[in-house]
Amino acid sequence: MIIKLFNKVGSFAENKDIARDIRINKLIPALNKNQEIILDFDKIEGATQSFIHALISDLMRTFGNTVLDKLKFKSCNDTVKKIITIVIDYMQES
Amino acid sequence: MKIHIPNSAFLGNIDPFLKGFDPSNKTKLTITANKKWSSIHPVVLSMIAALGLTLKPNNIVCDKLESKSKHYLERMGLFKFLGIKSNIVIKQHESSGRFIPLTQIKDSKSLTEFIQDINPLLHLKPDHAEPIRYIMSELIRNVLEHSLSGFGAIVCAQYYKKSNVIRIGIADTGVGIWKTINYSYKPKNDMDAIGLALAPGITGTTQKLGGTESNAGAGLFFIKSIATVNRDFFMIYSGTAMYKLLKRKGEKIKLHADPFKDRHSKKTGLPFWEGTVVGVDISLNTTPQFSLLLDLLNKTLIEAMKERKILYHKKPQFL
Repeated sequence: MIIKLFNKVGSFAENKDIARDIRINKLIPALNKNQEIILDFDKIEGATQSFIHALISDLMRTFGNTVLDKLKFKSCNDTVKKIITIVIDYMQES
Repeated sequence: MKIHIPNSAFLGNIDPFLKGFDPSNKTKLTITANKKWSSIHPVVLSMIAALGLTLKPNNIVCDKLESKSKHYLERMGLFKFLGIKSNIVIKQHESSGRFIPLTQIKDSKSLTEFIQDINPLLHLKPDHAEPIRYIMSELIRNVLEHSLSGFGAIVCAQYYKKSNVIRIGIADTGVGIWKTINYSYKPKNDMDAIGLALAPGITGTTQKLGGTESNAGAGLFFIKSIATVNRDFFMIYSGTAMYKLLKRKGEKIKLHADPFKDRHSKKTGLPFWEGTVVGVDISLNTTPQFSLLLDLLNKTLIEAMKERKILYHKKPQFL
């Protein structure tokens, strides 16, 4: 499953309500079916830590860090890559 | 309530302005101003507007302003916010104007629309836009999620050409930091609560490390860190306490998980602000690449989490 985030959040991914909706309605059902997910960040210039946290932290808590074998991040710029890394490191440390 | 717009109130010298605020008699707001000249940080305007919103216009008394800077107050939308006629005619879009007028944000959708408008209003280059929209988004979202204020967040910002700085002010009249943090922790006082709110891994929504699915407890730490790396002022005022990150010069930058280890000043016993006020300066001269800042931030965050995790380790009971 590929989820194109730009269509949902625009060029700056900060709306946590949308992140929560994607997590609940797309990501969790797909992971429950053991599907692979690609989060496509094409055209996204930036993201907040809060947005990424709302998008993926609960997945790591629920499915464990092996969820990262199923969850891939595509077309991320440097900033977005670093924010995602921060959130994932943070979750694994907590 | 009484509030006086002084001759000068920026983050570096804002303490007397805060001390002069009189929060008594919440049914009326009296605004006075320096007669000659007022040069003020946007956070001052956000505070006045936030107070004004809690009252009907006929309960707001504003001195007849004589200083030249009344045009600035008009342009930033203060009188419109307060429902007071100023009788000042100005050109709304002067070429020199790089500012965000006072704006009330009450929901997530309005915040997203507001964030999209930041770049055109402040004429920011992409490198500069990143930290500024990041800061504004996270601070305003904090208000929407935690303040429980029916009036939302009151925000404004201004570019200062001479110093090449963007100054941002955000105020709310919600429950304040102590009450938010007290839900999960037991802060002794307002300053203790501010310290906890600025530390990574601490959120009012839970005591669990890593926060909840909605809150990581890292938002304010990120913002303070952006200000630290930029060597800029950052001020947070809630209840009777104010914490101020001071400017730094030359020395090597180190991010601290404990805000009281940063170069700072703090004031307690200030007039009670029911809610939270945040002021930030972002110098466009010193803004490093946002992605470099994130490297430093990640390192500090992980170290802080490791330290915090040790605090939660169970100890053996030796009998």
